Amino acid sequence: MSASVIIFYCIAAFILLTGIAAVTSRKIFRSAIALLFSLTGIAGLYFWMDVNFIAAVQIIVYVGGIVVLIIFSIFLTQKSGEEMPKPLVSRVLFSLLAVLSGLGLIYRLISEYGFNNISKQPFNVEVSEIGTQMLSTTEHGYVLPFEAVSMLLLAAMIGCIVIALKASPNPSKGEA
Amino acid sequence: MKEIILQIDASKSLPLGEVGGAVPLPHILFLSTALFFIGMYGLFTRRNMITMLMAVELILNSVNINFVAFNKFLYPGKLDGIFFTIFIITIAAAEAAVAIAIIINLYRSHNSIDVEGAEELKY
Repeated sequence: MSASVIIFYCIAAFILLTGIAAVTSRKIFRSAIALLFSLTGIAGLYFWMDVNFIAAVQIIVYVGGIVVLIIFSIFLTQKSGEEMPKPLVSRVLFSLLAVLSGLGLIYRLISEYGFNNISKQPFNVEVSEIGTQMLSTTEHGYVLPFEAVSMLLLAAMIGCIVIALKASPNPSKGEA
Repeated sequence: MKEIILQIDASKSLPLGEVGGAVPLPHILFLSTALFFIGMYGLFTRRNMITMLMAVELILNSVNINFVAFNKFLYPGKLDGIFFTIFIITIAAAEAAVAIAIIINLYRSHNSIDVEGAEELKY
């Protein structure tokens, strides 16, 4: 057993344990912190798979952006020291049933499939290669989805501003 | 000298289904499956909108792990999985921002972010 294998199983156990803590903890702030550790563990998994750029993006966007946003919204909307009410026992039972049967089905599918066309080629993800292919207009270029996503981000930004605007105290003027 | 190098290369070739540091690809897929169903469990049992959003983030991340693992171990000559991962991360960020704007707006009007309380559109 090489060190790489041991590191993989440690990262996997870390991700799963913090993930379980994130969905079961009854204190919402602890749940957010567990989510933060789980996302950091996934960034570690990307480092383990040698995709450094994706790992950096994961840390910047998820850990630095989304989790901070979630923590701010917890502070704005919740009393973070209080425990959330327990979910109904029947709901927990049926969710566990659904989740475990789904997990068993997918586990069986994956272990039956076998994956015998593993490629031995080295995997080379240079950032320059990603950038060139992202903006190329040739056959394997991704410039069209890039533009579509940029429009989506603009729309999401405007949408957030419009949704979060305070309604005007004097609606007869009709302007927010 | 050349023979020695060849021998080392031959000893490096792994049995089928094993990759890189001898972790089989299915084990990475088991990890992402487990993470997906942890997210599903959170989505089913939680009734608070922020915690449901966290569960959705876990689900999206498990999909990203799958994309990167398939790209690295099955098609290392291409970068398609990497691009899909980048686009999913972008869209997840936009989705989280819009969702939190809606949640805060809902809190302003209802003083609660429980999904059971937000049922005006139901009737």
